[in-house]
Amino acid sequence: MSKDDFILKAEGLYKSYRMGEAEVSVLRGVDLAVKKNEFVAIVGVSGSGKSTLLHILGALDRPDKGIVRFQGRDLSRHSESELNRFRNKMVGFVFQFYHLLDELSVLENVFLPAMASKGVIGWLGSRRWARSRARELLSELGLSERADHKPYQLSGGERQRVAIGRALMNEPRILLADEPTGNLDSSTGNGILSVLERLNRAGQTIVMVTHDERIAQKAGRIVTLADGKIEQKSTGA
Amino acid sequence: MSFRYLLKRRISYLAFLAVALCVFIVVVVMTVITGLVRDFKVNNHKWVGDCVVGTESLVGFPYYEDFIKRIEGTDFIEGVSAVVKSYALVRERNSEESIGMEIMGVEPVKHSKVTGFGETLYHRKNDVSSAFEPAYDPNLVGCVVGIDRWLVRDAKGRYTYEAYPTEAALLVSCFPLTSKGALAKAGAGLVNTKTFYYSDTSHSGLARVDSSFVYLPFEQAQLLCGMAGPVKRVNAIHIKFKPNVRLKDGCEEVAALWKRFVEEKKGEKQAALLDTVTVQSWKDYRRAFIAAMEKEQTMLTIMFALVGVTTVFIVFVVFYMIVSHKSKDVGILKSIGVSKVDIIELFSCFAFLIGLLGCAVGVFVGWLFLLKINEVEDLLFEHFGFQLWDRTMYAIGDIPNAVDLQVLGVIIVSAIAACLAGAFFPSWQAAKLEPVETLQVSQL
Repeated sequence: MSKDDFILKAEGLYKSYRMGEAEVSVLRGVDLAVKKNEFVAIVGVSGSGKSTLLHILGALDRPDKGIVRFQGRDLSRHSESELNRFRNKMVGFVFQFYHLLDELSVLENVFLPAMASKGVIGWLGSRRWARSRARELLSELGLSERADHKPYQLSGGERQRVAIGRALMNEPRILLADEPTGNLDSSTGNGILSVLERLNRAGQTIVMVTHDERIAQKAGRIVTLADGKIEQKSTGA
Repeated sequence: MSFRYLLKRRISYLAFLAVALCVFIVVVVMTVITGLVRDFKVNNHKWVGDCVVGTESLVGFPYYEDFIKRIEGTDFIEGVSAVVKSYALVRERNSEESIGMEIMGVEPVKHSKVTGFGETLYHRKNDVSSAFEPAYDPNLVGCVVGIDRWLVRDAKGRYTYEAYPTEAALLVSCFPLTSKGALAKAGAGLVNTKTFYYSDTSHSGLARVDSSFVYLPFEQAQLLCGMAGPVKRVNAIHIKFKPNVRLKDGCEEVAALWKRFVEEKKGEKQAALLDTVTVQSWKDYRRAFIAAMEKEQTMLTIMFALVGVTTVFIVFVVFYMIVSHKSKDVGILKSIGVSKVDIIELFSCFAFLIGLLGCAVGVFVGWLFLLKINEVEDLLFEHFGFQLWDRTMYAIGDIPNAVDLQVLGVIIVSAIAACLAGAFFPSWQAAKLEPVETLQVSQL
């Protein structure tokens, strides 16, 4: 396998946090490589460092040591504006608690990443396209009727689907999902997993963090994080 | 998005109300005080003319006719009026009470060309040449009395004018002085007393002037003050420049001419008196009075600058709270690639909107209030006996309520700048937040 087959590659990641007097090492040399079109589930017990790893992979956080390469480029060498562009264009985040903006409608939440990447003039020129793309995504996610609602008027599953729509708005190369079903009941969670599976089948690369082995089985590959290291790799669905 | 924040966060209404209230107060107070100061200056300017060649000495100065001839020949002078000024005891014929007043001897037509004297009259406003001719007997020697010495104002500051001047004789007593400053009538009766008949009132709009001045015919005043000898003297020459002449330039030219004139008169018998004479613009001439008013204005401006600082603090607190509540939103925005500059822009735009809307409402309500301020004051006075400005002090009829656009511009810009300043630090703090700090839910 040539190194070009990997869209995202983490090498020797270390991260620790200070908790009062104590320093807690969360990641202790994590290596992970994700191929294009792959659906990888990272599992581990609570506090094993799954979310930290995901945040580092998505450039929301920096490792103390180690390298994250995206399409061969070291993220630590990116300037601040390049990192902003990376977060805007290359990755899409789905969080456990959806993290939608209450002041905006469902439609506006979805096209927010398109808005963020444009200046005022640029946005005036592309807002028609952005609205149309957001409506398209909402339609695919079964939320056409909810476009003008506010997030607090939606159920948990609907909110998570809005969050997925937002993550997909700029057609990112990779989707990072942090416990996407963690706040949902089983059947709603399954609905969300079906959406992710469908997206993966359509070619979307996905890295999902979960503590639930059963949910992880839906992924193409499962990696387990224990004691700050990747412990085992297994094949999922 | 800034609009959404503005509309959705109740706390932002507080910031908006604070800005509107501050703007309202500042607009009203600054409009009134600026109007008072402006009116006061205009009235002083009208009372003095553009420039005064004069002396503080009661002896006065000689050769004024030569100097007047000289400056009347120049192309920058519109009018010149020689004036005699002194102090006198004034008593109504049938009264035992003498009042100390200032007398001002003027030639009414010439003086009206230089100052607003003619406009200040009531009965002779349209016939200034007859200012010193009592309507009840034009053959008598008349005098014009400062309005507050003659008429009583009602509580609203309005005068009850008489349809026809009351027949009254005023005995004016002066101590005439020689050119050396000695009492001219030492050993005799000491004072010169002459009877003048009330012909009109003068309302200059200057409280002190209107309550302490009596205007007399020029020659009569000269006689009373002992200035009508072989070498006549006056206390001042009031000058008005042509409209296109700048005050500073005109005064400089007059000063240069005066300097040359004094040089030429050296060696003359009374030339020493010319050394006491100064050339001043109306602003310098009335500096003692204007400065007090300007100081009042400056103090108010400082006080309201402090109100501005309070606004900055209120906006700061509100934004600090908003940012604290919205730190999760900042994390979300950063996770989708919004930059620090964009975050600062977002909150600054929010602050700008609060400032702009606060200003719009504050200015509008302030303007409405100013439109009705005199009616409101009348109402307060009628029902509670409360008066904002004591009319005996401020010599105003109505409270000035014309909004000065320049002042308004400064207030609006300052209010918006205050909002932006108050929002900057919290915005900057928000921009510095790391997404993982704000989005963390089971960080590890």
